[in-house]
Formats: sequence, structure tokens, C-alpha cells
Amino acid sequence: MTNIIASTALKARQLTEEEIHEIEHEKTHYPYAQAVGLEALKIVQKYQGWVSDESLLAVSEYLDIPPDDLEGVATFFNMIFRRPVGKNVILLCDSVACWMLGCDDLKAHITSTLGIDYGETTEDDMFTLIPVPCLGDCDKAPSMMVGRELYRNLTNEKIDQIIAGYKAKA
Amino acid sequence: MSINNPLTKNIEEGRAPFTFAEYKAAGGYQSFANAVKMAPRDVMGQVKDAGLGGRGGAGFNTGLKWSFSPDPDGLPRYLVVNADEMEPGTFKDRLLMESDPHLLIEGMITASYAIQASTGYIFLRGEYTVAEENLLKAIAEAYDNGMLGKNIQGSDFSLDIYLHTSAGRYICGEETALINALEGKRANPRFKPPFPQVSGLWGRPTLVNNVETICNIPGILTHGVDWFKGLGLGEECGTRISGVSGRVKNPGCWEMPVGTTFRTLLEDYAGGMQDGYVLKAFLPGGGSTDFLMPEHLDLPMIPGDVAKAGSRLGTSLIMVLDDKTCPVGTVRNLIKFFAHESCGWCTPCRDGLPWVEHILNKMEEGEGEMKDIEILKEMCGYMGPGNTFCALAPGAAEPLQSSLKYFMDEYESHVKHGCSYN
Repeated sequence: MTNIIASTALKARQLTEEEIHEIEHEKTHYPYAQAVGLEALKIVQKYQGWVSDESLLAVSEYLDIPPDDLEGVATFFNMIFRRPVGKNVILLCDSVACWMLGCDDLKAHITSTLGIDYGETTEDDMFTLIPVPCLGDCDKAPSMMVGRELYRNLTNEKIDQIIAGYKAKA
Repeated sequence: MSINNPLTKNIEEGRAPFTFAEYKAAGGYQSFANAVKMAPRDVMGQVKDAGLGGRGGAGFNTGLKWSFSPDPDGLPRYLVVNADEMEPGTFKDRLLMESDPHLLIEGMITASYAIQASTGYIFLRGEYTVAEENLLKAIAEAYDNGMLGKNIQGSDFSLDIYLHTSAGRYICGEETALINALEGKRANPRFKPPFPQVSGLWGRPTLVNNVETICNIPGILTHGVDWFKGLGLGEECGTRISGVSGRVKNPGCWEMPVGTTFRTLLEDYAGGMQDGYVLKAFLPGGGSTDFLMPEHLDLPMIPGDVAKAGSRLGTSLIMVLDDKTCPVGTVRNLIKFFAHESCGWCTPCRDGLPWVEHILNKMEEGEGEMKDIEILKEMCGYMGPGNTFCALAPGAAEPLQSSLKYFMDEYESHVKHGCSYN
């Protein structure tokens, strides 16, 4: 019998001490380890930027969740990145209130400013642009997040300032 | 002192949320002491008698929902707060959690006593990072002050509360999908029955309630059923948070008596339409509700009255469609959202929504055909109630079917000439 995992030549990487520490903390919240699957993927992503196959296998082994099950969770959620992303992920809300108030124009502005379309990353790995379903900020539309920060009542000028701010921090 | 805005009385824009001490000094954390003097079933009875309807969108009587949970058997049972606010156009739970997290924690403690839950989970959408930070702080403070943990306030009742942050999927707002997600599984909905009250999280009795629903519990158990009933207009009970987005002068959300009309919300609270824009139609309670028209503005925001007009109150946060925004484009945007957020479990939703999106895209680009309109009408039926596993596709069909009812001329004009809006 061929081992399917081995045949892909992929191996689990070693989880870091910080990752293990945080996963262990989450485990105290649930009676079963499987429940920590998504939290563990988020923890890994926080430190690694995204969830590589090697990371997914590491979490799968650590929590004893079959890799296919964990992959089913990883690919289900919008905010788990199974491909590398830039240092700052721009999540532009494209749902109805933001659409009515011009998010398509903002998207065009970001694309022309940074040279990236949805799903793409700038060459310097600074920014990735992703559309996000309704951010629940409709009274201050249009809105977007960069990483964990929310930006509201957006205009092209505001977006220029925000991008400049992240570039200056780099 | 009679409080008439129990949900938002501690909220002030621009100020940090109350700490445990400030919240307590403002009259908070009294409901548990009152509740614990009663039998749990009597606490449920009070909530039922208060006439509190669920604030997540379905509007079912909360006390009645609780009463379906079986008598305790000594094994774990759970309270889960649905804080996965992702209905397009809805932003009320964000306000409550960011600005007064202790109200939710207090509500959870008292609700958990009523259903005899030993563990509570807050299922929070991952994008609500400020709510996450504020809730974590409030939970830690509640533990430090003996309101969580073992033998709360010297009683026999013990409770742990944990915050679970999700990672963005609308279907997690469906309570059985939420339970699967919390168990670490792919968030497909489960077959009902059994209902979660009987067999939910890890097969144990589980109550799933919306944030705002739980935030109503402290008031009812502190000030009483009669006080709560007196908050509403006419026969209605309590207050609720309603709001407006779209091209109005002052978009936002506010606490108001249950029974307030759409017109009062739109004109008095939100300041009416922006200059140069005319109200064409509105979605009364999120993206998955049927459009209503300006002639419906004088309806009170009560589930029954809104249903009679052919829609649902849903989350009671309205979205206005103005005369300069394309109705077909608006529906296309909504359908795109629902198609993206379909979990893919059942065919009408997984295949139906992308098909509808494709047709609406064609129409917007002037490539639609008259027969497409007939297909859209048929699709509303295929995706409607009774044909799907959960309420996602039937909800998505609501703005579509009502737009076909009210804006047929716009659809026909799209087929003939393409979109004439900018």
C-alpha cells in the first residue's frame, strides 16, 4: 500500500514553542482536541503569515485530526490563507452597503495604486488585496480592514494615507 | 429610576466601555442574585412571560426556546452566544460587544443559570477584533470578581465562559452550522430534529442565542417582567436595536421601543434621505429579506406586521435603496454574497445561487434575454422554503423574488438596453 501522505513528499514541520503554548491554552477551553482545529490554524497563521501544507500537517499530527478533515476546515473559512500572503492583508468589504457607496471605485483605486487585483500580492510582499463579505460596519461604509485594523468612511484620499502609513512603518 | 434604554444605557460614543466596577456601579450584575433565588424553570418562565423574541432574525420567543431543553441530568450542557454577525447590512451586535461587553457577560450568566448550563461559548466573527479584545477583558474581570468560575456569589452555580473567534463564514450564523464549527468541523448545517436544545454541542443540550437577545436578560431579571413589557409601544414588549445604512443623512443604529415604525427610524433617527436622493425601496432587516416600498414606511417594526406586507423583520436594520442605485445591481451584489457564502451542502443553494449570479451579471452587461427573467422566477421557487437544507438559499431568494415583483420594468429594461445606472 502506498502511503498517500508520503507520496506527496510533504512532511509536517515542527511547531514552535509559542505556537504549542497558545494551542495548549486553547485546548483548555474545549473537552475535545478537534474543537481547537480552527484556533490552531489561526495561531499558526498569526506566526507564519499563512497555512502551508507543512503547517497543516503539523497541526493535524499535534491535535490528532485527520489531515483531510483539517483541510476541510482550513479551506472552508475565508480568513484562513492556504497560499502565501503579503505582510499586510487588505480586506475590502464588497457587500451591499459598501457597494452602494462606491467600493468598486475604491477597489479600482487600490488596484491602480498598488498594481494588484483581488487575490494578488505586491512584488515587495507588502500588501495582498482580498474582498471580504459584509464587515458589519454598514453605517460607516465603505469600510475595509488591514490586518486586524478597521478603516471606515473610506475615500481614495483616505486609502492613500492608510497605504502610506503602512509603507512608512515597514 | 425607570430605565427605558436598558441595552445602550452604558454606551457613549468615544468613551471606553465600562470596567467591571463601573458597570456594577451603574446597576449591573444584579440579575443573577435575583435569578438564583428562583428555580431555573421559573427564570425561564419570566423570560417567556416578558415576551422577549429572539433578536437574531427569526424572532422566536426566547423563554419558550429555552423551555424545550430537557431537565438537567448532571452532565454538561451549553449556552452558545451567536456573535457571528454577518448578515449584510447588520451592525448592531458589534455596537453591543464593543461598547458594553459586561452586559453580554451578565446576560450569559443569568441565562446559563436558567438553562443550567455549565459552560458558555461566545462564537464571535473573527473580523470583530475590537469586540474580541473588549470581551476578553470583560471575561477576565468577571472571573477576578467572582461572577464567573466556581460557586458564583456563594451559590451552588458554577459557570465558565470562553470566547471562540471564527474566521469568516456567514453560514456559521445558522445555529447547527455554528455548533459544527465550534466542534472543529466544517460548518455545514445539521439535520433537525433533533434540535440543539435537546442534542447540540457534542450531543448535549445547547441553547444558541443572539447577542442582543442575551443582552435583554439582565434587564428582565433585574427590573421585572412588567417593566420590560412597559418598554414597548402598545402591546409590544421591550426595546430593540434598529438601524439604517445606505444614502441617508445620519446612518447608524439606535435602541428604540419595539413597535416603532420604519418611518420614525428612517426620518427621525437617520435624518431622512441625503439631499438629491429619493427613497425607492428598502430591505427591512438584512440582505435576506424581501424589499418593501415607501408605502410600507408606516408599518411598525414587528415581525407579524412586516410578514403581512410580504417580508421579514429579520435583524431590523434597514438598508435603503435610492433612486440613483440600480436595483438589479443591488440584487446581483446580494446574490454574489450568498453564492460565495453557500456552504455547498445542498444542490439548490450550491448550484442555484451561482446560476442566478451568472444571469444577473449577463443582465448588467446588457447580454440578458427575456427568458432569463422567467428562469429567475423559477429559481426563486427551487431555492425556496422546503427545497433546501437550511434557510440560506430561501433567504437569498427573498430580495430576488421581491425585486422581480416591484422592479420588473427595470429587469426588462436591463434585458433590452443593459444597465442605465452609472
